[in-house]
Amino acid sequence: MKTGKVIMGQTRNRHKRLDWIQRLFLLLVLCLTTLLGVILCSSPETAPGLADAVAHLQGRSGVESPVTAVLLNFRGYDTLLEVMVLLLAVIGAWSLTKAPLPDQITDISPVQLGVVRLLVPVMCLVAAYLVWQGSHLAGGAFQGGAIIGAAGVLLLVSELPWLRDIPPLPLRIGLVLGPLVFVGTALFCLLWTGNLLGYPEGAGGWLILLIEAACALSIGLTLALLFAGGRPENELVKADKQTDFPCNRESL
Amino acid sequence: MITTLLYSLTGMVLFGMGLFTLIVHSHPLRKILAVNVMATGVFLILVATAYIPFGKGAIDPVPHAMVLTGIVVSVSVTALALILACRLQETSNLDLRAKTKQSSNTKESGT
Repeated sequence: MKTGKVIMGQTRNRHKRLDWIQRLFLLLVLCLTTLLGVILCSSPETAPGLADAVAHLQGRSGVESPVTAVLLNFRGYDTLLEVMVLLLAVIGAWSLTKAPLPDQITDISPVQLGVVRLLVPVMCLVAAYLVWQGSHLAGGAFQGGAIIGAAGVLLLVSELPWLRDIPPLPLRIGLVLGPLVFVGTALFCLLWTGNLLGYPEGAGGWLILLIEAACALSIGLTLALLFAGGRPENELVKADKQTDFPCNRESL
Repeated sequence: MITTLLYSLTGMVLFGMGLFTLIVHSHPLRKILAVNVMATGVFLILVATAYIPFGKGAIDPVPHAMVLTGIVVSVSVTALALILACRLQETSNLDLRAKTKQSSNTKESGT
């Protein structure tokens, strides 16, 4: 209750009681929820899904896991566009603010440093394992990317001093590696088989693994950089000092 | 069947709560949280409907793939919305201060 009051005070939401239009809206939302509940209850138990179609074409997809087959083979367009959405989110975040990294170098406790040193390599290993496992079990680029992103968040939370000195160009290359490999593979398949993302017979498994490995790295970097909340601070300074603009061109 | 229905109904209640908060409350942070709660409800419904009790496959993989990508996209959307909300707060406050200063100045000069 106490925290609730504090938040209420901070956000200037002083409506302790709902006025009549809010009550009307509450009624409407309740009606909508009840209607949805009735629809859900009355829907047939075994809805005709696409499970049989996926199982039918599973052998030709190149991977054994049905979710990965749907994600990167049958509905490859969707995943391609979603990877692009992630890239757009980072570009939007970078164009708005700089990352609020602390100015002074703080002392990191040795326990935290030890935990980071132990955990981050293990997390990278688990991410690689998840990407590899994606071909036959649950796993894949998004799961692996989430773990890489968590490792990046751990590094950012620890406020390690070398985080400000990350060179800008490899960071950006890592960010666009996944989308570039995805688009490149799609165009290669367009030239080779005549269909965008229509993998050639027999090569589907390796192409999917290649795309997944590149996308996992990019998704992980994307999530960590979104957590950082803006573009890296040292970047523009360096570019101004050197009067060398390869990184700026990269960002465009 | 009962479990699936329970998951679906929970997702639906979450969706309703999120929708109500999204429209009633004006603060951007609350709106972002409300959209997240709504998205969680939709994911829950999708995963619950993907479950097939008996059949060839254990699950329907298409909703699972949609939820998988949807979670990552919703995280990035939340991050971008938070940054936008922060910028909105900074810039709108500055504008407000500048406008109040300007209006007071013009009033003084006018009188």
